Amino acid sequence: MKFEARITGLGGQGAITAGHVFGTAAALHEGKEVVVTEGYSPYVTGGWSRADVVISDEPIDYPLVSKLDALVTMYQEGLDINLKMVKPSGIIIAEQRLVDLSRVVGDKRVFAIPAASVAESLGKKVLMNIIMLGSMVALASPHTLEPLKKAVTERFPKAAELNVKALEAGVALASQAKQGGIEKLV
Amino acid sequence: MSMSKGGMPIPGDYFTMGNFACVEGAILAGCRLYAGYPITPSSEIFERASVRFPQVGGNAIEMEDELGSMAALVGGSFAGAKVMTATSGPGFSLMMENIGLAYMMEAPCVLVNVQRAGPSTGVPTLVGQGDMMQAKWGSHGDLETIAYSPSSVQEFFDLTIQAFNSAEKFRTPVFVMADQVVGMMWEKLHIPPAEEIEVVDRQVMEPASKLDKEHPLFDYARDFLPMPIAGMGSRVNVDSLTHDSRGYPSTDHDVSEILNRHLMGKIKNHEKEIWRWEESNLDDAEVAVVSYGSAARSALAAVKNARAKGIKAGLLRLITPWPFPDEIVEKLSRKVSGLVVAEVNYGQMIHPVRENSRCPVVGANWAPGALIEPRAIVDAMQAVVAE
Repeated sequence: MKFEARITGLGGQGAITAGHVFGTAAALHEGKEVVVTEGYSPYVTGGWSRADVVISDEPIDYPLVSKLDALVTMYQEGLDINLKMVKPSGIIIAEQRLVDLSRVVGDKRVFAIPAASVAESLGKKVLMNIIMLGSMVALASPHTLEPLKKAVTERFPKAAELNVKALEAGVALASQAKQGGIEKLV
Repeated sequence: MSMSKGGMPIPGDYFTMGNFACVEGAILAGCRLYAGYPITPSSEIFERASVRFPQVGGNAIEMEDELGSMAALVGGSFAGAKVMTATSGPGFSLMMENIGLAYMMEAPCVLVNVQRAGPSTGVPTLVGQGDMMQAKWGSHGDLETIAYSPSSVQEFFDLTIQAFNSAEKFRTPVFVMADQVVGMMWEKLHIPPAEEIEVVDRQVMEPASKLDKEHPLFDYARDFLPMPIAGMGSRVNVDSLTHDSRGYPSTDHDVSEILNRHLMGKIKNHEKEIWRWEESNLDDAEVAVVSYGSAARSALAAVKNARAKGIKAGLLRLITPWPFPDEIVEKLSRKVSGLVVAEVNYGQMIHPVRENSRCPVVGANWAPGALIEPRAIVDAMQAVVAE
């Protein structure tokens, strides 16, 4: 089993943090082999950033992603640039408000998640990344959900409850998106 | 999960970044002074050191630039501390002059270079392996170099400790030639209990009062010399000029020859104990890849892919690019019909490989700020087999 995901956004949205939390969950709480690599543009805030996560039952040689099982994007170019990397059987989790999905209407791999507005309703905009992560794991790697709760609790000990709530909100949004489909959302 | 709770690293299993693992390794090796100037993609090392070093009784200081950083390491070393800095290509270039100073004065120190794409300021946030030759030939004059090249987070931790041990034993600057992929990669890290970690400390010179007045300060007939430490009563007479056994500058040819032979010989005479390498699938290999650092992981994937295509491929991973393990490469080159050197540069370590090989050698080179892909290495293997 090999699973490859890219979580991408703009500097400050927490794409890389989400990747670390996901990787920690799989490595330490599921006992998998995991490599997380990260990249960012050379700007302080607002440039692109991404975390790439490879999870495997076997030791990982080539550490980078090549074909994505899951793409999470919180900005427009994140979809435009990375769409071609997603496997036919992969999924794409796009933030509904920040990504225009008109070009992928009918693509059954795409799920629009209103993570930004739900994060606001939970009282903290910075929860968007964790909500997106919850949605992605619910759709693509559901067995990682419990390990993920442990990992966010360790990563954010002072805001553990809120982050677990954000994960659960992501799971609920994923299930709605799955039933509703993208056609109804855009 | 905290790796330390604000003290020494706690043994256990963690999921962490290569650059962080490097700092924890340095602490366990006994390093207590970091002097540096932040530069991507090594900055997490400085960032973490500035939190962690004070917690264990050490210091991390930001210098005005990399020239100052390297000078501070030489001073800190003669004050008795185990010292380190971390940088990337542009900073490494600026350190070259004082790397020579540390070499000439025999000041143990560890320099971590998290290589990025170049030349010049290049692509600061993306990977490269373009400083491999600079590590050997960058500082002026003839220098022997010890360099380690980690391929994983665990190895970044392990080799940082090893680098300090070699620096202390050989009293010379030692490089950890990491790269952006390994430095910023997150993987599992196992921190063993401190008592299981071998830590080497330098020999310290006796106070002058205990030494015979006729006793030369530096007995260059020996490879490993005790180090005079400031404030310990020994005469700290160290000079960047070519110097005699008392430490005084000299233009005498014999003096020059003795000193240069000593500085190179202490490494050259012991290179076999320094060499480290890893072999994969070489037993029946007809073609082999030589690689190091993050590129070696791509090379391992390439070897597996090539074997799936029926090519008997293997990998020689250089853990110590310098001193170059010439005999190991020469022996391998007599066994296989071709060698591929896979690097994230346009051909650097291919030169010593070719110099020491008895078979055709081709490069697999790609350095646009991305790790070379396995398929490019497989293509090169097919090309060398066809030769």
